This record gives sequence, structure tokens and C-alpha cells, in this order.
Amino acid sequence: MVPAVADNCLTRNEWICGKYYSTRASDLASAVGQHVHIVVVSVLLGFVIAFPLALLARRYRKLELMVVGITTAIYTIPSLALFSLLVPISGLGLSINTVIVGLALYSLTVLVRNMLDGLRAVPADVKESAIGMGYSSTRMLFRVELPLALPAIMAGLRVATVSAVALTTVGAIVGYGGLGTLLINGNNTEFKAQVLATSVLCVLLAVILDVLLVGTQRLLTPWTSKAVAR
Amino acid sequence: MNGILDWFKDSAHWHGSSGVPTLLAQHTLLTFAAVLIAIAIGLPVAVWLGHLRRGGTLAVNISNVGRAIPIVALLSVLSLGYVGTANFGPFGRAGLATLITLALFALPPIITNAYTGVFEVDRDTVEAARGMGMSEREILTKVELPLAVPLIVSGIRLAVVQVWATATIAALVAGPGLGQLITEGYATYNQPEVLSGAIIVGAVALLLEGTMAFLQRVVDPLARAARS
Repeated sequence: MVPAVADNCLTRNEWICGKYYSTRASDLASAVGQHVHIVVVSVLLGFVIAFPLALLARRYRKLELMVVGITTAIYTIPSLALFSLLVPISGLGLSINTVIVGLALYSLTVLVRNMLDGLRAVPADVKESAIGMGYSSTRMLFRVELPLALPAIMAGLRVATVSAVALTTVGAIVGYGGLGTLLINGNNTEFKAQVLATSVLCVLLAVILDVLLVGTQRLLTPWTSKAVAR
Repeated sequence: MNGILDWFKDSAHWHGSSGVPTLLAQHTLLTFAAVLIAIAIGLPVAVWLGHLRRGGTLAVNISNVGRAIPIVALLSVLSLGYVGTANFGPFGRAGLATLITLALFALPPIITNAYTGVFEVDRDTVEAARGMGMSEREILTKVELPLAVPLIVSGIRLAVVQVWATATIAALVAGPGLGQLITEGYATYNQPEVLSGAIIVGAVALLLEGTMAFLQRVVDPLARAARS
């Protein structure tokens, strides 16, 4: 005899299942929380490392080749391998920090490149007038060059953030993949509702963070949107 | 380091269905098949749109969309769905789902670069060709395409290297390829196997990058003209 099993969309293993969302809402919420934590901290860490690297690379031509070369080389290491290889490093181990450090390393490539491009694109006559007005090099960097380079820097941040949301899922191999951990568990147990829900949430998360960054950029560089409106 | 050397020397790792040659063949086959499919689908569309100078937002946004979709998500949805995880000839288990996923991931760099390449051909050159009485088809094949070749090839180069590195992730969803060395080594606390897997994937990635860079120089018509 077939044992009596409740007949609902969970037991029928349907792709879209309202019962899944109502019964696993807390699981999903904590996975989203972990996902956001990993993405935000890793991109911030990447930004904090990339900024001095870009300034150094701009100043010393030989360093530029090295910095761009190394950050590009990191990018060719498969994420699955990078996360596994970071585990034995002392202080990281099987923790959320392994995934954060890995993603921060990946974000360096695009962040350093865009910072360099943005700073380079500042017109020479603008810099000359700043010097003529008696700006020191530090003051020129923060008051003239960085504001003008902001659109390029923000474009880099957007690419880094959206890629980080997708790559975080691979962190599931060390047990800290945010939505990715649920996704892989769902895949291994052929739990369709969970696979689809986490996949869609991942994409939604990427879109929301991207929109937030675009909004921030509009606020920080009001002159660019004015130019568009004209 | 000794562990890695021992791992490479152990002949058991070089035979059978989970040996390095089999996985390497799967990985290579997957990468090139996926990129070829993406070229066949994406290149004509992107080149034509570039020639018409239309659909620029689409061509650029497609890479943003591609970046936002996690490969594990797409692969998982495909393999639990209609496509399934059955063995697909020489591509290994879940071969078809992996191939489709990777082909989709190869599309954005190919489309974006091909579109930009054709779009950015000097308008004066195109006008001159039109003035000489060339048909639209001739303009596309004899003027725009040859001038766009460097960017098109650089898009293909990016796609090959990206797909090669990304294909390792397939193993996380029980897919084929060299990623299996990494997931298996990780699951069995076999650090040398993880490292060996990473070294093989990384070394071939660099080899592919070098070969494609060389190819890019060979096919660039302007650089070729400068050399001769």
C-alpha cells in the first residue's frame, strides 16, 4: 500500500510552490542576508585595496603593468578552485571570510582598471587650471580628479557588485554561498521549488543592488544627468 | 608541493572515466563547442545590427544580463528541467545542460564585441565604399567585417577563456569536466587533488589566452599591413 502523503505542491515537487515560500521564508531570508553580507563586504574590501593600488599604478608606470597583470591573472583562476585554495590559509578556514576574500580578489581586476581609466580621462587643461589655482596634489585628487572620475569608478563598482552576486553562489563549496548553498542543496535533492526560488532571488538581488548603485551615482554626480536631460 | 607531484605521478589519475585525459577532453570539447554555438548564433546577429547601426542598447545590455545570472542557477534549472542530467555523448554527465549554459555564457562577449567592432568602423570609410558603388552586402563583407576583425576576435578570445574557467563550476551541479577534480578533492579532504585540478585548469587557461592573443595578431588586417 502506498503510504498516505499529503498531496501538495511540495510533495509533487513543482517548480513554483506557494507552500515553499510560506514554510521556508526564514531559510530564504537568512540566505539572502548572508548573500548581501558577502557581496557588500567583499566589494568594499576590494574597493579599499583597489584604490591605493590604482593611485600607485598611476604614479609608477612599471607598477601599472604589474598591478594590472596580477589582478588579471587572479581573474583567470576558476572561482571553484580559488575558494577551495583559500581554505587552508590560516585565519580564513571554513568561514564566510574565505568567500569574502576570494570575491574581493576578483573585484580588483575591474575596480583597478576603471579607477585608472577614470583618473586618466580627466582633461589635462582641467588639471592645469587646478594647479594654477594653487591646488596641492592631494586636494586636486579629492576635489577635481576623483569627482570627474566618479562615473567610471561607479561603472566599475556596478560590474564588480553584479558579478559578486552571481559568484557568491560558488561559495557553496565551502558552505558559505548565501542563496547558493540553498541552491546547491536544492539541486542535490532535486528540490525544484528551492532551485527556482533561489535562482530568481539571486538575479533579483543583482538587479536591486545595481539600481541602488545607479541611484547613488545620480546623487553623487548630478551634472551627468543634467547633461543627459539637455 | 610533494603531494601535488605525487598526485601527478600517480597513474591512477590518468586512466578511466574520471581520469585527467577524459576530464580534460570533456572540458576542452565543452568549451569549444559552447563557443562555436555562441559564434554561430551571436555573430551574424551582432554584425548585422552593427551594420544597420541599430540595437546598440540591446547589444550592450546583454552582457549586463549575462553577468547577473549565476551559472549554477541556470545549470541547475536546466538539469532539473526538460534537459535533464543524462550522459550526452563525449560531453559526459549533464553534458547537454552544461553545453547550453556555457553557450549562453559565451554569447555576451561575442555579441558586444562584434557589434562594437562593426559599429565603430570609420564612417568616412563606409561612405567612401558606398560612393565607389559598393552594395550594402559588399560594404559589410569587404569593408566593415575586415576592419572589425580585431574586436570580433578579441570577443571570441574573452569568451574562450571565460567559458574555460567557468566550465569548472559545472562540477558543483554534478556536471562534467575538470571541476570534478576540485569538488571531489575538496569533498575527500584531498588538498593535492584540489591544487592539481586548479593547476591544470589554470595552465590551460593561460595556454588558451596566449594562443588566442597570437591568433588575434595574425588576423588583424591593419597590423598585418604594417608588418609587410
